[in-house]
Amino acid sequence: MRQRAESGYFGPFGGRYVPETLIHALEELEESYERYRNDPEFVEELDALARDFVGRPTPLMLASRLTRRWGGANVWFKREDLAHTGAHKINNTLGQILLADRMGKRRIIAETGAGQHGVATATVAALYGKECVVYMGEEDTRRQRLNVVRMRLLGAEVVPVRTGSRTLKDAVNEAIRDWVTNVEDTHYIIGSVVGPAPYPRIVRDFQTVIGREIEAQARERFGGDPDAIVACVGAGSNAIGAFHPFVGREGVRLVGVEAAGRGLESGEHGASLAEGRLGVLHGAKSYVLQTPDGQIREAHSISAGLDYPATGPEHAYLKEEGLAEYASVTDEEALEGFTLCSKLEGILPALESAHAVYHAEKVARELGPGRNLVVCLSGRGDKDVEVAAEALGVGPEVSGGR
Amino acid sequence: MGGRERLLGAFSKGRPALIPYLTAGYPSLGGAREVAEAYLEAGADVLEVGVPFSDPLADGPTIQDTTARALENGADVDYSLGLAGEFSGRAPVVVLVYYNLIFARGVERFVREAGEAGISGVVIPDLPVDEAGDFARAMEDAGVAFCPLAAPTSTDRRLEEIGRLASGFVYCVSVAGVTGVREKLPPGAVELLRRVRAKVSAPVALGFGIGSAEAAREAAGEADGIIIGSRLMQLVGEGGPERAGRWLQEVRAALSESAGGGH
Ligand SMILES: Cc1ncc(COP(=O)(O)O)c(C=O)c1O
Repeated sequence: MRQRAESGYFGPFGGRYVPETLIHALEELEESYERYRNDPEFVEELDALARDFVGRPTPLMLASRLTRRWGGANVWFKREDLAHTGAHKINNTLGQILLADRMGKRRIIAETGAGQHGVATATVAALYGKECVVYMGEEDTRRQRLNVVRMRLLGAEVVPVRTGSRTLKDAVNEAIRDWVTNVEDTHYIIGSVVGPAPYPRIVRDFQTVIGREIEAQARERFGGDPDAIVACVGAGSNAIGAFHPFVGREGVRLVGVEAAGRGLESGEHGASLAEGRLGVLHGAKSYVLQTPDGQIREAHSISAGLDYPATGPEHAYLKEEGLAEYASVTDEEALEGFTLCSKLEGILPALESAHAVYHAEKVARELGPGRNLVVCLSGRGDKDVEVAAEALGVGPEVSGGR
Repeated sequence: MGGRERLLGAFSKGRPALIPYLTAGYPSLGGAREVAEAYLEAGADVLEVGVPFSDPLADGPTIQDTTARALENGADVDYSLGLAGEFSGRAPVVVLVYYNLIFARGVERFVREAGEAGISGVVIPDLPVDEAGDFARAMEDAGVAFCPLAAPTSTDRRLEEIGRLASGFVYCVSVAGVTGVREKLPPGAVELLRRVRAKVSAPVALGFGIGSAEAAREAAGEADGIIIGSRLMQLVGEGGPERAGRWLQEVRAALSESAGGGH
């Protein structure tokens, strides 16, 4: 067994570094997950909702103009942007709401950066009739106004967080504080493969539907495994979901793409695997952006979803063991990926996914013609239209006319 | 006498030990010294010194604000350990520190420096006993007490484990929640103290949210120590160290009275 996941660790990464008050709830979550993950009724309910509510399986699409332009491998998009609510986040929230319901929790809390996880959580909370509170950094409520409105329309309360950097990291702190206080009747739906055990494993398992579909669709479309899979890494859930079935498999390169923000040398980025040190944040041991003293640093990315100063412990493990490789892409390059994807393929990608699209060129050229590369298009760009328009200088005004 | 022994000694005075908390570096680097002085003058038995951390997820708004201010003031780990060491000759000092600060420094180095500074014990709000084994033993070897937390949600099985690792007092969290002033003693606090006492031989101290002399007196019947943080930090913010010191004196008087009355 390569991974010690069952003990809450992936090699030396992971664990459960939280206030004592939460330990009982984590044990309860772990027990309930063990009990239901293979329970036929649970699996059937989840599968039916994935099909009818989310719209799974999402397509695997040949991005033919990018394939031609890059002159390398065939570029395939795994279309998580077509999942209900517009991103892969729905896969995990659906799984967790079923668990919360089985555990008899009436109240749901979540944190969100880009707002996609908040929207997905508000959505499943509405579906199951649960009270829902979403913590969001004040800075992010401005960047992602549209998603704030969506959450409120879905019946969730959105709480702007005004501490620290006012982004995702602080929203997580606030959600944990809420959970410590209301742990009896509240389930915390963590949005990515981070947090104390058993969250990184549970979230990964619920996201692995992405990788399992890639596997089946690849076989059908080109008769074998992809030669590479490229996915963006914020905290890492869409990447782990896409990678997981292929970990350790001969001939499949797994490539995670972090946010280099204004450049690694600027210090303003979200590249914790590239630039972080081993540390403890939000309940787990992993790579963390921090000062020499151990204070957590603020991350930066043009995409709110990659603006997080740590990465899930399983990614740290995959990196350490050489089972996956990690790269980083700047804000400017991500915008180029955004533009390319929009104009050549007719898809506005999330700015997060645009990082993966940009880096895919390099991998495609390395692989060469005839090989197959899957890019996880983790979400759609509707939420990013304002940010992208401002950065690219595109406005709604049209000139001339007849 | 080692730091750990002095800490345990503070719990054998026939009344609950009074343990006021201060954030190192708040309201200023020098001001924190005045706060500690005021606490000692008011009759503190143990000082609890909080090392400011950027992400204090077990703390409510009051202590979050003080740690943010302290970090702006430039309070780093060196300064905080220095402050603790300055006072460790006059009273046992317990350091409250989030785990990443220890981990970043290197566990070995932290343990050594804590011992050299004469620190009596450590409280780590995000290091539950499951992850603490090696650290707790290293602390004990250095003569520094490991003071684990116990919560209302802790099962009896966990309380036994907590008792096994405690080489100082057990820090009982009065309520499932973060730090912050509460006017009354939460109803579950006394029950938790009784449950812990039944499973644990170490002294038991109660903290989180004790905001009035009345609440302190109520807890005094069951606890070996009373930890007061947010209320004092509020008072420092409003009226400076003297204001906090005066209030602490009232609490101290209330505790002595309650001990005198019953015995
Ligand atoms: C569309 C999209 N992709 C990726 C991410 C990054 O998260 P993760 O790395 O967990 O997949 C987010 C986070 O909000 C997102 O909204």
